[in-house]
Amino acid sequence: MSIYLSLKEIWRNKGRFFLFSMVIALIAVLVLFTAGLGEGLASANKEYLEKLDADLLVFQGGTNYSTIESRLDYQKVKRIQRLDGLEDAGPIGFSNLKVVLPDGLETLDISFVGVNPGEPGSPPVFDGQSLSSRQAKVIVVDQRIAEQAQVNVGDMLTIKSTQGTDDKFFDLRVVGITDGRQYFFQPSAFVSLPNWDRYRPKADAGEYSSRPITNTIAVRLENPAAMTAMSAYIENSIVDVEVTDIRTAYESAPGYAAQQNTLNTMKGFTFLIGVLVIGGFFQIQTLQKVPQIGMLKAVGTPDQIVAGASILQIIFVTVFGVFLGGLATFGLTLGMPSSVPIIFTGTSVIVAVVSLLLIGPIGGMVSIRLALKVEPLTALGM
Amino acid sequence: MNNKYILETKDVSKVYDSNGLVVKAVNEVSLSVTAGEFIGLVGPSGSGKTTMLAMLATLLRETEGNLIIDGQDLGSMSDRERTKFRREKIGFTFQANNLVPYLTALENVELMMRLNKKNTRESRKRATELLVRLGMDDRLHNLPSQLSGGQQQRVAIARSLVHDPSVVLADEPTANLDTERANQVVQIFADLIHEQKRAGIMVTHDLRMCKYVDKVVQMVDGKIARVITDRDEINLLAGTSEFDKLPKQAPVEEKLHPVNSLFKSNLSPAPAGN
Repeated sequence: MSIYLSLKEIWRNKGRFFLFSMVIALIAVLVLFTAGLGEGLASANKEYLEKLDADLLVFQGGTNYSTIESRLDYQKVKRIQRLDGLEDAGPIGFSNLKVVLPDGLETLDISFVGVNPGEPGSPPVFDGQSLSSRQAKVIVVDQRIAEQAQVNVGDMLTIKSTQGTDDKFFDLRVVGITDGRQYFFQPSAFVSLPNWDRYRPKADAGEYSSRPITNTIAVRLENPAAMTAMSAYIENSIVDVEVTDIRTAYESAPGYAAQQNTLNTMKGFTFLIGVLVIGGFFQIQTLQKVPQIGMLKAVGTPDQIVAGASILQIIFVTVFGVFLGGLATFGLTLGMPSSVPIIFTGTSVIVAVVSLLLIGPIGGMVSIRLALKVEPLTALGM
Repeated sequence: MNNKYILETKDVSKVYDSNGLVVKAVNEVSLSVTAGEFIGLVGPSGSGKTTMLAMLATLLRETEGNLIIDGQDLGSMSDRERTKFRREKIGFTFQANNLVPYLTALENVELMMRLNKKNTRESRKRATELLVRLGMDDRLHNLPSQLSGGQQQRVAIARSLVHDPSVVLADEPTANLDTERANQVVQIFADLIHEQKRAGIMVTHDLRMCKYVDKVVQMVDGKIARVITDRDEINLLAGTSEFDKLPKQAPVEEKLHPVNSLFKSNLSPAPAGN
């Protein structure tokens, strides 16, 4: 009976309810867009680290897990690799340079990552081969670089690096393509550490080593459950290092927390606006329907049917609005340039959708209470 | 209590206590209605007739006395039982806001069947027949906003009768209608009550409508002042509309006399009560 009444009312007032669904849809677009942006920005920041086949990251002591500040020499890498309880450990060096795009004029900023092939940090490839220490002048690029630079396995890729005061160009052969591995908002390309040290931007072009100083060491544990104990063990065993899990590492990245908090605040306010708008709409609608509700009660309609009809109406309108909003957001993202980091597969988007579906009933709670309190005699003016 | 009555009230009173101001809206009213009997409840504003109707509709609890419909004492029922009773045993037509605005005429009538979980093909047929009988055959699928006031009241009448209630109550059903439509509506209402053997009570200010009732009960100051059962007296009363000329909220002394004098001047005295 509640379903019957709520659907009839929606159907016979479809224009009004559709317009209101549009308002909910706009709120949904805002929330989903913010959530997708938050997810996308977070991913752009942490994608490489999050996908690392490792449990812990080792940094130089006192650097607050900052890959920019941290410097680790090869001796530390060797000492860490010799510790008990570690399955493997691999040094990683981060740098930034540019890839020359096919037109030869434009460039693409990338994260230039040096890894030891086969050790933690070295990316798996879905096309071509993984990096090998025996091959020189080879590079593995992530999918975004492959798309934007229009390169396939076997193609040559030109990188531009500022060494000293000169821009130097190096042609490297793409041997493999890995999935999206952004780091610090840039797509990533991977080379072996000796090549990394040779090609990365630096003050003196002539200075490079086969065992360069790196920024962090990715550690894979024999028993990942013992992460906390192993962190302490590594910190106690090796001088001047600090160890943390992957999540803490990327959350410690400069600006990450501020950015996510800003987006979460935006989301929170949009939700609040949503609750108030929906609450206001249903409250006004219920006030307009007081005589009608009074009549329904006077002819013997139980309270649960009156309340049920109101709740279902709110749910139908909210679900339809969120569905419309979802479609609109999807449409918007199709037309969005790929440089805008929006991801709709993350947990925060699922949380956003569930929360959007909840704001209707939360906002409409006051109106349901009002509907239940309608006194038939007063409502009918008897 | 007599079993031949569908509706009986015995010394029913309703007292309102508002900030120490005690008002006896209905004062020891005893009334009985048999199946197929249509009663007109008249009286000036504030005489207690609407309060009486609200108590009979189980929308208001009596302070004292007994209200019995279909052998069931309303006073002993819980709120939930009263709602169920109202849904099953009582048909109600109001002065205004009678219909659900987003349901068609037919759906409004069917509403009572749905509420009573009797939504069958048979019930739809019955609702349709009732509306056709009320001259609404070409308006079955119209929304209330597409119907005139008289048509809306006819739909409300159909809704009040469709679920086979024992008692049918009407609160000023002609208040918003012109004379011609008012006559049509009440005549149809009376005919159906007689035909279907319901106990019908209509509260009205319009004495002209009394020509369709079997008995007129006049209330004054919460009490039954007079009961008129004689057809000639009823017709005589219905031939005037002096009630309409009365001030709605006149002081008791002022509003009582014209009414009493009206009765005294036109009718022979009748014993108070029933």
